[in-house]
Amino acid sequence: MKNKNFVADKVEKLAPSGIRAFFDLVLGMKDVISLGVGEPDFVTPWNIRETGIFSLEQGYTSYTSNKGLYKLRLLIQRSLKQLYGLNYSPDDDILITVGVSEALDLAVRAILNPGDQVIIPEPCYVSYGPVVELAGGVPVYLPTTAKEGFKITAAKLEKACNNKTKGIILNYPSNPTGVTYNKKELESISRVCLKHNLVVISDEVYGDLTYTGKHIPFPCLSGAQANTLYLNGFSKAYAMTGWRVGYACGPKSIIAAMTKIHQYTILCAPILSQMAACEALQTGKKSLEDMKKEYNRRRDLMHQGLNEIGLSCDMPQGAFYIFPSIKKTGLSSLDFANKLLKQQKVAVVPGVAFGKDYDQHIRISYATNYSKLQEAIKCIKIFVDSCIKK
Amino acid sequence: MDRILEILEKDARTTPEEIARLIKQDVKTVKKQINKFEKDGVILKYKTIVNKELVVKKNNELRALIEVNILPQKNLGFDHIAERIYQFPEVASCSLLSGTYDLLLIVEGKDMQTISNFVAEKLSPMENVRGTVTHFLLKKYKEDGVILKRKEENKRIAISY
Repeated sequence: MKNKNFVADKVEKLAPSGIRAFFDLVLGMKDVISLGVGEPDFVTPWNIRETGIFSLEQGYTSYTSNKGLYKLRLLIQRSLKQLYGLNYSPDDDILITVGVSEALDLAVRAILNPGDQVIIPEPCYVSYGPVVELAGGVPVYLPTTAKEGFKITAAKLEKACNNKTKGIILNYPSNPTGVTYNKKELESISRVCLKHNLVVISDEVYGDLTYTGKHIPFPCLSGAQANTLYLNGFSKAYAMTGWRVGYACGPKSIIAAMTKIHQYTILCAPILSQMAACEALQTGKKSLEDMKKEYNRRRDLMHQGLNEIGLSCDMPQGAFYIFPSIKKTGLSSLDFANKLLKQQKVAVVPGVAFGKDYDQHIRISYATNYSKLQEAIKCIKIFVDSCIKK
Repeated sequence: MDRILEILEKDARTTPEEIARLIKQDVKTVKKQINKFEKDGVILKYKTIVNKELVVKKNNELRALIEVNILPQKNLGFDHIAERIYQFPEVASCSLLSGTYDLLLIVEGKDMQTISNFVAEKLSPMENVRGTVTHFLLKKYKEDGVILKRKEENKRIAISY
């Protein structure tokens, strides 16, 4: 008798991560300096943690409304109004989700019909393509090069659009490059999106961690708010990755559709995390600024250190990543990462994880303390020098 | 605050070269500025915060907080008497406070006897000292913004996207 395949075709078809084995190798090794972590090295600031503890003590252990605590939606509305002059209604335009990851999944599921295309600039975070595929859509990757500053242009976007294109997923500052867009670039991208009536899913979870210039949310651009889903969360800015709380702001119709899926699948984000998120917005500013200052210091160190070694890279403007070229070593990104780990006990993420064109890059996260970073730079130098001599 | 001071306050071992890199100035300028800070007394000392709990107990010092009530002097206020008190090597720190008493001292000695002797024989008999209250320090949890605890293991997983 033939073995029945229990797994759905579309899941089976999802490309397996080629670097799973490398991740397992890192996780199994001791005393590794890891520059491969996609989350802050800070613990959630104490006042936020204390609020979580206090809400448990007070017995806040129930569901919240599907949309999330009204107080939290109100605080988000106020903060976006105050910071960027954006207008969202806490009643209709904001949905609290389990991290930005859930918001992204809801967004694509809410807007895509089978076969609809979604444009995804590369290099990009690993989940964008798979969530689009799982939602029945077709990811259309738009690779960018180091020479282009890892940014798409309006002209390039225009070329990729056709009558099947439903949306685009933007992410700035970007994981894995740390690159962000200025107002002029965003305006020209937005014009193309408006022309083709695309839904812009803008993942701005690193927006608060912008060091050069000012972060400009996509809905701030002229005429853009009506077709933009602005996604943000607390994980990166407030070092709250494990709390799993994020949010989506956008046009009432899409938010309502996302809420429908959310109520049947997730119900609501954990109440404890929502309470803590309220505290983050109320009193977390100082901690955020302190962490940002520290990341900024490390960014300078890494940018200079890597360029001196010969792993060239531009100065990233945000997030806590830098995406240098390893071309000089002649190694593939997975080879580089494997050998660096074995010889120097330093872990980085191979560039190929963020798009097939990036086998000559590695992603380095500087969410690690300063002295460890200094040590890591020395180790990488020894390794790179040894590669070049051969 | 000056950026050089900010950096040194965080880690006094940061080299002038490193500072120069961080603030994008040349090393010579940085060295000159540090020298000036030292000369002007802006930078007084470079010290290490030691977690004494973890040091093998041998000559481990005992500390006491002492509240001192003093009679201010005409035209001199508290400064003169404070100066007389803080000159004693046993006094590690001395501040003037608002509230129910005037000076707060931190006094160090090798044992309780030494500190008691200092209070009984040196401090209390001074003519402007009206009274003292001594609190022995039992355990220190945090000093100068640093939590005195063994380094905790990193709770993050070692690699993620």
